[in-house]
Amino acid sequence: MPKNKKELYNKKGVIAGIVIFAFIAALPFLINLGKAAPAPELVLTSKAKEAKECVRSKEFIKREHMQLLDEWRDTVVRDAKRIYVNPQGKEFNMSLSNTCLDCHSNKTDFCDRCHDYASVSPYCWDCHIDNPKEMKR
Amino acid sequence: MNVNYMYSLIAVIVLFLIAYVGVAALHLQVVFGILIPYLAFAVFIGGFIYKMLDWGRSPVPFPIATTGGQQKSLPWFKPAKLDNPTTKAGVIGRMALEILVFRSLFRNTKFEKKEGDKLSYEWEKWLWLFAIAFHWSFAVVILRHLRFFTDPVLFPVQMLESMDSFFQVGLPVVFMSGIVLLAATFALFARRVYIPQMRYISLGADYFPLFLIGGIAISGILMRYFAKTDIVSVKEITMGLVTFRPTIAEGVDPIFYVHIFLVSILLAYFPFSKLMHLGGIFFSPTRNLRTNTRAFRHINPWNHPVKVHTYAAYEDEFREKMVEVGLPVEKMPEPPQEEPEEEKKE
Ligand code: HEC
Ligand code: HEC
Ligand code: HEC
Ligand code: HEM
Repeated sequence: MPKNKKELYNKKGVIAGIVIFAFIAALPFLINLGKAAPAPELVLTSKAKEAKECVRSKEFIKREHMQLLDEWRDTVVRDAKRIYVNPQGKEFNMSLSNTCLDCHSNKTDFCDRCHDYASVSPYCWDCHIDNPKEMKR
Repeated sequence: MNVNYMYSLIAVIVLFLIAYVGVAALHLQVVFGILIPYLAFAVFIGGFIYKMLDWGRSPVPFPIATTGGQQKSLPWFKPAKLDNPTTKAGVIGRMALEILVFRSLFRNTKFEKKEGDKLSYEWEKWLWLFAIAFHWSFAVVILRHLRFFTDPVLFPVQMLESMDSFFQVGLPVVFMSGIVLLAATFALFARRVYIPQMRYISLGADYFPLFLIGGIAISGILMRYFAKTDIVSVKEITMGLVTFRPTIAEGVDPIFYVHIFLVSILLAYFPFSKLMHLGGIFFSPTRNLRTNTRAFRHINPWNHPVKVHTYAAYEDEFREKMVEVGLPVEKMPEPPQEEPEEEKKE
């Protein structure tokens, strides 16, 4: 049996390994040292405020707006249907630029704030850049 | 049915349900979202370091580096510098290949009887393929998850995300690594079940991590593509954890707590399980030793310090007596005339 179980062999290597491990494991904490990361504050345009309600309930739109947009896109582009009726019976033109960005014309203070926080960069804006209100800004 | 995997499967399902019921029915968000993750992380760090120290204290009695090529020998033999490394740089190179591309697994062959009694070695890369798919996608998933723990999100993480979603399928865009992770986990599980020899040697400790990681992947995929949850609130929770300002945001579905609970179990289980090969690979004498056995003597640290009495010392001690009785000595006492005088004086 090892006579002296206390002895650390290859001391330099093991300590270096422990330091590297601890550093990597602590990295998420170190990066955020002394920072608070509050959720983004969203700005609603006066037009949106007037409407009060989004296309769907807030709970739904928060979670599933990307899936709604996907559905809209497919319905318009594949089936050439442009009218969406929400559960409340209200009709909307299924359009990213003309509907979503009509109410939420402040894309940088609305969509982008959330997306930057959650690190999503929708590729939609590669093409859908025809929002005149946003362009004027 | 096989008890080893049934028990593991049931264990993971029970864990899944514990978190789900705990949050959905008992509203223990604080427990599952704050206390358990912190505790699990502490156990992970402490356990990992404990293991490293434990292995660091274990002596290596023999040089047992495995070799896969020609050892350094006479100058006209070409040595395999990476497969049979005699230098520190060679060992680092071999270790890097081992960790990054699983080189030794790539050498895997199958040995079986073919056409009656003909024995043959066969090319067998499936294990390597599943293993590399599993580990790399796991790494990518973990690195991508840094988006929940940094604000602003680091640029390399964003780059990784855009590469991972390269095909832009669906909305939210499909991350390939998550799907590959789940598929590879399943393949590694299927391998253990369908190959009889593998099934024979597979234990609960082999199945449990697979199911656990599969459960984490399934709950993550559910959360991203199906049972949508509010990612902004999720990030409030995760950022709370890493800035030591723990909060529980409203509106986060139980599935998130299931995900993070299974991750906590994984973290706490990690240092004490086979998963610890993450740290263990660096301590493997078969990998981290140089194959310089012909050039240097490896001293076994177990060796008791043996008290030796060399012949030279023995002769020094007994020279006079040996000369007296006429035994041959290697070194004659120096001036033969003076000695008798000294003896007389005494
Ligand atoms: C009729 C105007 C209107 C249209 C059109 C509209 N929204 Fe909204 N949106 C609102 C209002 C008003 C709110 C705030 C709802 C609330 O607070 O209950 C809102 C809220 C949201 C939120 C949640 C913000 C939060 O506070 O978490 C998202 C996400 C969103 N909208 C996205 C969209 C998308 C995507 C579209 C296009 C499919 C769209 N909206 C179309 C008016 C609109
Ligand atoms: C390659 C360029 C391109 C990209 C990228 C793109 N789209 Fe489109 N999109 C189009 C074109 C072209 C149409 C057809 C316009 C029409 O017929 O009115 C369209 C139509 C749509 C429509 C219905 C019509 C309208 O006025 O909006 C929606 C909704 C839509 N896209 C959503 C999206 C979303 C969401 C994304 C990002 C995930 C996206 N698109 C990315 C080119 C693109
Ligand atoms: C409440 C915060 C919030 C607001 C406001 C918001 N989004 Fe999002 N959006 C998200 C989150 C979070 C995701 C990513 C979801 C995930 O990863 O599961 C996302 C994803 C998307 C995606 C899919 C992108 C991808 O690559 O997967 C599209 C498209 C999108 N949002 C469009 C919009 C548009 C257009 C607006 C403004 C009208 C908007 N969003 C406003 C939070 C928000
Ligand atoms: C505490 C640590 C973790 C947290 C807080 C967390 C949180 C999340 C969240 C919120 C999502 C949904 C993503 C979205 O909707 O865009 C997700 C997805 C996912 N998670 Fe985790 N997770 C953690 C650890 C892990 C680990 C260790 C694994 C690896 C096994 C993992 C595997 C996945 C997978 C495969 C997905 C599916 C989507 C994707 O590929 O990104 N998670 N996780």
